[in-house]
Amino acid sequence: MGMTMTQKILADHAGMDKVVAGQLIKARLDMVLGNDITTPVAVKEFRKIGAKKVFDVNKIAIVPDHFTPNKDIKSAEQVKYIREFAREMGIVNFFEVGQMGVEHALLPEKGLVVPGDVVIGADSHTCTYGALGAFSTGVGSTDMAAGMATGEAWFKVPEAIKFVLKGKKGKWVSGKDIILHIIGMIGVDGALYKSMEFSGEGLSCLSMDDRFSMANMAIEAGGKNGIFDVDEKTIEYAKEHSTKPYKIYKADDDAEYVETYEIDLGTLRPTVAFPHLPENTKTIDEVGDIKIDQVVIGSCTNGRIEDLRIAAEVLKGRKVHPDVRCIIIPATQKIWKQAMLEGLFEIFIDAGAAVSTPTCGPCLGGHMGILAKGERAVATTNRNFIGRMGHPESEVYLASPAVAAASAVMGKIASPEEVVDYGD
Amino acid sequence: MEIRGKAIKYGDNVDTDVIIPARYLNTSDPVELARHCMEDLDPDFAKKVRPGDIMVAGKNFGCGSSREHAPIAIKASGISCVIAETFARIFYRNSINIGLPILECPEAAKDISDGDEVAVDLGTGKITNLSNGRTYVSMPFPDFIKEIIESDGLIGYVKKQTAGK
Ligand code: SF4
Repeated sequence: MGMTMTQKILADHAGMDKVVAGQLIKARLDMVLGNDITTPVAVKEFRKIGAKKVFDVNKIAIVPDHFTPNKDIKSAEQVKYIREFAREMGIVNFFEVGQMGVEHALLPEKGLVVPGDVVIGADSHTCTYGALGAFSTGVGSTDMAAGMATGEAWFKVPEAIKFVLKGKKGKWVSGKDIILHIIGMIGVDGALYKSMEFSGEGLSCLSMDDRFSMANMAIEAGGKNGIFDVDEKTIEYAKEHSTKPYKIYKADDDAEYVETYEIDLGTLRPTVAFPHLPENTKTIDEVGDIKIDQVVIGSCTNGRIEDLRIAAEVLKGRKVHPDVRCIIIPATQKIWKQAMLEGLFEIFIDAGAAVSTPTCGPCLGGHMGILAKGERAVATTNRNFIGRMGHPESEVYLASPAVAAASAVMGKIASPEEVVDYGD
Repeated sequence: MEIRGKAIKYGDNVDTDVIIPARYLNTSDPVELARHCMEDLDPDFAKKVRPGDIMVAGKNFGCGSSREHAPIAIKASGISCVIAETFARIFYRNSINIGLPILECPEAAKDISDGDEVAVDLGTGKITNLSNGRTYVSMPFPDFIKEIIESDGLIGYVKKQTAGK
């Protein structure tokens, strides 16, 4: 019996010819990541190990992105603590405000992850890099500490679910809609402990940005990782962003999957996840009349340049509804600059939206747009748990940038088709 | 090692945002985190929990973020052990890594009611509901995981491994 793509990467990094699902292994790490919330805990644990240095100063990335630019004194103290650690250890990839971005948009852009890598991050959305054909997964701070000291982590080799994508998606359907559709179908624990492997000819209509937002949300189905077959687009991306050597892994023809789903992209509609779980999905045609108070376009799921372009396409020449605050957060400095050069900010500002410096900010209810009791937001983020964006009695609806922008204009959850009329 | 305590029961998909809301993540102090544990789901939790109490929950407990603050807050609140139908994987890892005992046991998780007296034998994985006398057996930990637990968590384990290097 053959191995899945994930199993092959893990076997290689464990120095083994073959691994099977359920086996416990120790694998070599190509990158260890932490942010301003998880790294302070990791540093404390690292000190307890008594190690004097980290395993490789180039293979650790620390990105203060959650509560930065620091929102209060405690947050500032946390970042100061990890900044000092990064300096002491000589960690090369510490990204200060002005260079930082939302970590999972930043690492691929900086070329720190390439196809075939094994990456752990003390952040659950570390699974994002599966878009590049890497094995990447979220862990806790103690794992990060041990990883920084030893360059290794323990894993249970996962089983896999295969998603075969077919056909071509419509104009207003994005990677976000596809992954929301999948989570709605299998549930928030539908892929618990498992890999989600994406393949099929339908991949060719998905941009890298589509794939990043899909792999990003594998964890919202409980998945250990989400991973995409490597194609020309992946290789082009890797070459453009990195000088690191990459390796392409392919699942064996006789690899075993606990389940296989075929998804015809042509049949999908823009999809929205209702409070308070990402699995509570409805298509845009089923949402009904839901008035909103805020729209957030950004995050590690949908703060990339294509996301901003499509939001601009919807907002161009239109106004944000007077009852709505629309907050747009490019995920990295590079994306910010690109959006500026393309004139997207002019469109956003003229529409009456606010544009922020890169930060996680409101995505986790940190700052930059917290919801009051009873308020509703449409967000392009990835979680709509109780209290995620503010008051425990506020509500978050997850959607694509196109739907979010259309909702900002209409003051209620709306389809871009209602707003953008190609007839005129 | 035997643990005894009163069950505090919750449902499915208890996520890390309700275990410890992000607005309190500008600290990693266990005592402060414990003060806000479960606040958005059960505002009285911090007041009612007694040292040794056992948390019981449904499917996918601890889903959501990788914040180790979640098991840390539960442990610091005095909870001695968590029993659930299933755990989200990062939470599972984190609990083992920081030394919070957790047991996956669908039968026990379904059968135990809020307020029941429960005894847990961590060595054998046997769970007893003292309120109705029923017993359940949870999945035993694989040896590798036992080794981590015996080393008082991952840090102790790594320390042993790196000693003398
Ligand atoms: S943008 Fe949101 S989901 Fe992504 S890393 Fe930041 S807080 Fe987490």
